[in-house]
Amino acid sequence: MSVKTLEKTIIRTRDVSVYYGEKRAVSNIRMDIDRNSVTAFIGPSGCGKSTLLRSMNRMNDLVPSCRVTGSIEVDGTDINSADVNIEGLRQVIGMVFQRANPFFKSIYENIAFAPRFHGLTDKRKLDEVVEESLRKAALWDEVKDRLRESALSLSGGQQQRLCIARAIAMQPTILLLDEPASALDPISTMKIEELVMSLKEEYTIVIVTHNLHQAARISDKTAFFLMGELIEYNDTSTLFTTPENEKTEAYISGRFG
Amino acid sequence: MRAKIMDRAATIILTLIAVLIIGTLLGLLGFILTQGWHKLNLDFLTSPPDIVKAGGGIGPQLFNSLYLLVLTMLIALPLGLGAGIYMAEYAPDNKFTQFIRMSIEVLSSLPSIVVGLFGLLVFVNMTGWGYTLFSGALALTVFNLPLLVRVTEDAIRNVPRSQKEASLALGITKWRTIVSVILPAALPGILTGTILASGRVFGEAAALLFTAGMSSPDLDFSQFSLSGPTSPLNPFRPAETLAVHIWKVNSEGLAPDARDVADGAAAVLIIAVLLFNLSARWFGAWIYKKMTSGAN
Amino acid sequence: MTHRTDTPSQSGIARKMLTSNKRQWTENVTGRVIATVCAALLIIVVLSITYFIASKGLSTFFVNGISITEFLSQVKWDPEGEPAVYGVFPFILGSFLVTTLAALIAAPLGIGAAIFMIELYPNFGKKVLKPVIELLVGIPSVVYGYVGLTLLVPFIREQFDVLGFSLLAGGLVLALMILPTITSVAADAISAVPQDLRNASLALGATRWQTIWNVVLHSSLPGCLTAIVLGMARAFGEALAVQMVIGNTTKLPGSLLDPISTLTSGITLNMGNTIQGTPYNNALWSMALLLLLMSFVFIMILRIIGRKGRVNK
Repeated sequence: MSVKTLEKTIIRTRDVSVYYGEKRAVSNIRMDIDRNSVTAFIGPSGCGKSTLLRSMNRMNDLVPSCRVTGSIEVDGTDINSADVNIEGLRQVIGMVFQRANPFFKSIYENIAFAPRFHGLTDKRKLDEVVEESLRKAALWDEVKDRLRESALSLSGGQQQRLCIARAIAMQPTILLLDEPASALDPISTMKIEELVMSLKEEYTIVIVTHNLHQAARISDKTAFFLMGELIEYNDTSTLFTTPENEKTEAYISGRFG
Repeated sequence: MRAKIMDRAATIILTLIAVLIIGTLLGLLGFILTQGWHKLNLDFLTSPPDIVKAGGGIGPQLFNSLYLLVLTMLIALPLGLGAGIYMAEYAPDNKFTQFIRMSIEVLSSLPSIVVGLFGLLVFVNMTGWGYTLFSGALALTVFNLPLLVRVTEDAIRNVPRSQKEASLALGITKWRTIVSVILPAALPGILTGTILASGRVFGEAAALLFTAGMSSPDLDFSQFSLSGPTSPLNPFRPAETLAVHIWKVNSEGLAPDARDVADGAAAVLIIAVLLFNLSARWFGAWIYKKMTSGAN
Repeated sequence: MTHRTDTPSQSGIARKMLTSNKRQWTENVTGRVIATVCAALLIIVVLSITYFIASKGLSTFFVNGISITEFLSQVKWDPEGEPAVYGVFPFILGSFLVTTLAALIAAPLGIGAAIFMIELYPNFGKKVLKPVIELLVGIPSVVYGYVGLTLLVPFIREQFDVLGFSLLAGGLVLALMILPTITSVAADAISAVPQDLRNASLALGATRWQTIWNVVLHSSLPGCLTAIVLGMARAFGEALAVQMVIGNTTKLPGSLLDPISTLTSGITLNMGNTIQGTPYNNALWSMALLLLLMSFVFIMILRIIGRKGRVNK
């Protein structure tokens, strides 16, 4: 076995198109996403950014009419190939959704559910995982005395951080965040943003956002999508200060979207 | 002007209809309960019936009804859950699914007497069991399956999609997602529907006449084996339920106090059904609240 | 194994993605199979009910050699006579009469109650009338029969100086039994009418009743028909409540106050007293087959109404 240095790119998409029935929602996306960085997907509603995100952990499989062509490689493995085990794939790539969706279970159970399913049955180790995940999600201090209470008793912002903790508990490599703060108040949003920045040390993060300021604040690279196409993909600072494409410029200066 | 008068008249008539319906229910309940009230004592509820003399009770019938309910639910609930899960989570849009939908429709509109006759052919004669509790339970399963399937399917479909997505995104398999995430979230709906179905089982008679039979052996309540001919728990013995008893006493009762017994039995049956109905109501609401709020 | 030259980290990710978990896979497949089998069981049950009832019911004609037309049209039912005559027309007529009577009484009341609870007083409707309707559904049919027997039959007897057991008693008991079905299904149909339609009519100066009559009822007509047919299907198949109050004679009724028989009451009363395999017994199975066929007919009518309703929208 030869040991190479870690490749910089972790997700590599080539000619990725996503169709819903006859309709093409995403067209020929080619992009490389860097390891341990925050990549933001921006663009107006319906531009395909969420669709692309959801094809990265194959959540689109849930939609019967949905079809993905091209290749999406994670660490060199095509995730759509037949020998990929979808449960394993989703262990590697965690996802947090637009609206917080904690299970109708206790706070503890929300976190412990997946690790236990994936084979961690030792009670002490589970406790550790729960605590560690909640700490990383900056939620531990707020909930440590009420772990047995229903997760639905938490505030909206806390619920969303719980969902992030739940994803972290799987020890994923990549986290996909689909507009995680769009339903939250400004203070909760700020907490989520701080959390995202602290998490990139350990995880590769791809975040879809409506909020351009948010993208500018927290991401290393930004991809701008329009009508299913990748218009521009660059370092965040470059994209926001000197965009190459005039559509990008029009969008970030607020002329549409 | 005419239109105005019509409007008023229609309002009055419709209100009268509503009053009539509410009045009918109250009248029914009032009648049944006042008629049977004097029979509601422990002796009547526990002692065996007397065919020719006065003073018989409904003890064995009450027991049979409850036991049959348990047996039926033991069989019907897993089947209903399984089929409901299939319809809500797996059923592809094809002929097979359409065929199942049609079967559910047919089953739910079958007269219960026809279900009973089918039970007579298959669960009584073909199996050679004769009239047994178990045959009755199977007939009632056929009778209640469509309801349970529908209840399960609806309850599962009412679980927010985000719950399922959350679980699948954690790499949980579909089956485990269904069992550990979706079913618990669907529990209030399923429970409410199950309790209502129980009420139906408890009051059903036509499907039982020719399956569980119209008589019981002299039950020996000190015996608790599953096989003795007079053991109450033996599922392979004939059993007359409370609802069947009401029918029998009314149509061919010989005892001088047959009418009295019918009054009492009807009151007991109606109270049981009311209890099922009300408990379904508050239990569903309570468990839903418990699951979705912080109270623990 | 694939021959990849993996870095340690790569192999970690790839291993998780590429190794399939046998246990999970088995569990997933087992679950799917169990659910499918349960669903398939529904089909099996329906097919076997049809098969068994049909094979028994048809033996009257193919084994005992009784003519189908005579069976259906003969007005004389004398299975124990010499020679035995198996004419089930009185039962069929009785079933249809009692069902029609029940529908005639219950349909206006049920739809009226539905209008009341959706259009006039939705709050009261939801809080009081709807629970009342649900309680009425829950009352067992033998209890309806018992009340009919102890209250209605004596009442008719005294009022009209007749036996009391009658078509009228059966129709009234059944009307009460199917009223909740009609009300709740019609209420669903009425509440599905878009509010815009009502507003448009009211804005044109129509009174509330004109709006209900011309707009709401018109556009919920298929739903209301469905409600009535569902009620009739229930009435047609009801056995014990009817049997307890209709008197069970096989003479053709001359008026509402005459006793009658229905298919269900005939089966209920005689199935236990006849011997398996005799022509008499088989004739009862043929009556059961008729009931089964009628419930197929009702389903077909419901489907046709449903299709028409969709086309109109």
